[in-house]
Amino acid sequence: MAAGATSMFRDFLRRLLKNRLAVAGAVVVSFLFVVAAYPSAFARHDPSRIDVRKILEPPSADHPLGTDELGRDVLSRMVHGARISMEVGFVATGIATAIGLVVGLIAGFYGRWVDGVLMRFVDIMLCFPSFFLILAVIAFLGPSIINIMAVIGLTSWMGAARLVRAETLSLKERDFVSAARAQGAGNLRIIFRHILPNALAPILVWATLGVAGAILVESSLSFLGIGVQPPTPSWGNILTAGKDNIEFAWWLSVYPGLAILVTVLGYYLLGEGIQDAADPRLKGR
Amino acid sequence: MSRGDGPLLSLENIYKFFPVRKSFFVAGTLRVHAVDGVSIDVPAGKTVGLVGESGCGKTTLGRMAIRLIPPDAGRVVFEGRDITTLAGEELRRIRSKMQIIFQDPYSSLNPRMRVRDIVGEGWRVHGIARGAEAREMAWRLLRRVGLSADAADKYPHEFSGGQRQRIGIARAIALSPRLVVADEPVSALDVSVQAQILNLLRDIQEEYGMAYLFVSHDLRVIRHVSDTVAVMYLGKLMEVSPAEDLFREPIHPYSRSLLSAVPMPGGALREKIVLSGEIPSPIHIPPGCRFHTRCFMAQRMCGEVSPLLRECAPGRYAACHFV
Repeated sequence: MAAGATSMFRDFLRRLLKNRLAVAGAVVVSFLFVVAAYPSAFARHDPSRIDVRKILEPPSADHPLGTDELGRDVLSRMVHGARISMEVGFVATGIATAIGLVVGLIAGFYGRWVDGVLMRFVDIMLCFPSFFLILAVIAFLGPSIINIMAVIGLTSWMGAARLVRAETLSLKERDFVSAARAQGAGNLRIIFRHILPNALAPILVWATLGVAGAILVESSLSFLGIGVQPPTPSWGNILTAGKDNIEFAWWLSVYPGLAILVTVLGYYLLGEGIQDAADPRLKGR
Repeated sequence: MSRGDGPLLSLENIYKFFPVRKSFFVAGTLRVHAVDGVSIDVPAGKTVGLVGESGCGKTTLGRMAIRLIPPDAGRVVFEGRDITTLAGEELRRIRSKMQIIFQDPYSSLNPRMRVRDIVGEGWRVHGIARGAEAREMAWRLLRRVGLSADAADKYPHEFSGGQRQRIGIARAIALSPRLVVADEPVSALDVSVQAQILNLLRDIQEEYGMAYLFVSHDLRVIRHVSDTVAVMYLGKLMEVSPAEDLFREPIHPYSRSLLSAVPMPGGALREKIVLSGEIPSPIHIPPGCRFHTRCFMAQRMCGEVSPLLRECAPGRYAACHFV
């Protein structure tokens, strides 16, 4: 049992690396990070340079994924679109996680009517078909990237809140919380020093899966024309162009579609891998 | 009452009920009678052993003694002061004088905190020490409980059960409390480790002079540590006696049956008393003496009149009509 101070983390990493699907997911996600961080290293052309001589050209050496209806390079647009997708995914999930943590900690810790009120609010939020809510709000506020991030975040925190609440309920009955109380620790100290750090592992898993969900919603919104607005590239709005030209330009639909599929799958595999590797119930102390 | 005279801690007619989810077919609210009118004193510097079967309410009583859970009725008097309804800042201040050692060495230490932060939490909360000074104090404290100073920078999962219990003890004595509730502190440990921890607890008591309310179901442990023993059954005290007297000659029929089940080194051989039946549900407590359903001495009146705890011999109290 005795080992370095990081042995718990090393254990976790070893289990994660043994899971091939999780490793595949991690590779996909890391690759996307690199693409999003250095788009110019992967795109040879300016993503918004229009060239009327090259409209809807099939994949070639110069344009590996072909060109779109305005003669722009699809690969370059997708590479720059990756950045948008990642940004939206992370910021929206960050907002959702933050709200979920606050609501879940307060509901679980204080219990009684506070818990009742907050959890009924969660139930109400879950009753809305969230995609239509997002559609309505975006239609009202206008489709800017900031609005998209905020609205996705504000409509997807309920799962996190329930998760954190459940963790808090079980953690606050543990002896180390009683011990902290006996030492004279106040509620805030107990919440931030004793409950929150122990509730972080499951919320990390939730957030990983949440990024995938947010990317999917952003793509859908962009596809419907009320997400990321042209000329800013996004996988969703490339697909829109692909839909209009699907009979003679398959590459315009297939590649962004594949990108979304692989990205979402990557996040899911990674998230599930983290969950399996971190779950102490499978560990057998 | 001045501080010096009275007992350090007095529990006066304490009650605790836990509501049970009501069934659709049952009228009224059902309650678990966890602690059902208990009065007991803990003198300064002494050890009061609290013994009883699991589920008899001894852990609940221990937690009420240091105000971790509030009693439903009765008074908790500490150092001559009624602390039953103390709250907020005042309650937090008095907590440094009363600490607890838990049964489970795994769930009692926060897995995300370093040992020095675990044992030093009280210093930080009460503004006693922080930073380098707190680290120094943590080293000293850890060595005192038999760990090496480099334990301070490790996390709880790097220790064995016995070592973890030492960390829990270090945390409990960090603030030099006057009262420590030891809630089954050795029952999760191997027998060989049990003895080490019990000796540590005794040495620390001699050094710091604190009182223990020592909760255990293990009569041998209770005998080893206690000055006074309180025997609890279904939320009520059956007998309170000096440890020596109790183990030499128990008064209450329940104490007698308990003791007859444990072979005691040096103790006279006793006739074995085998109790019939199960311990009754704490939701439906038998009328009269709650022990009469299993008592070998039970008469008709036992099912009708609840006996009071009364002095049966000098310094010895028992709740039974026939002793």
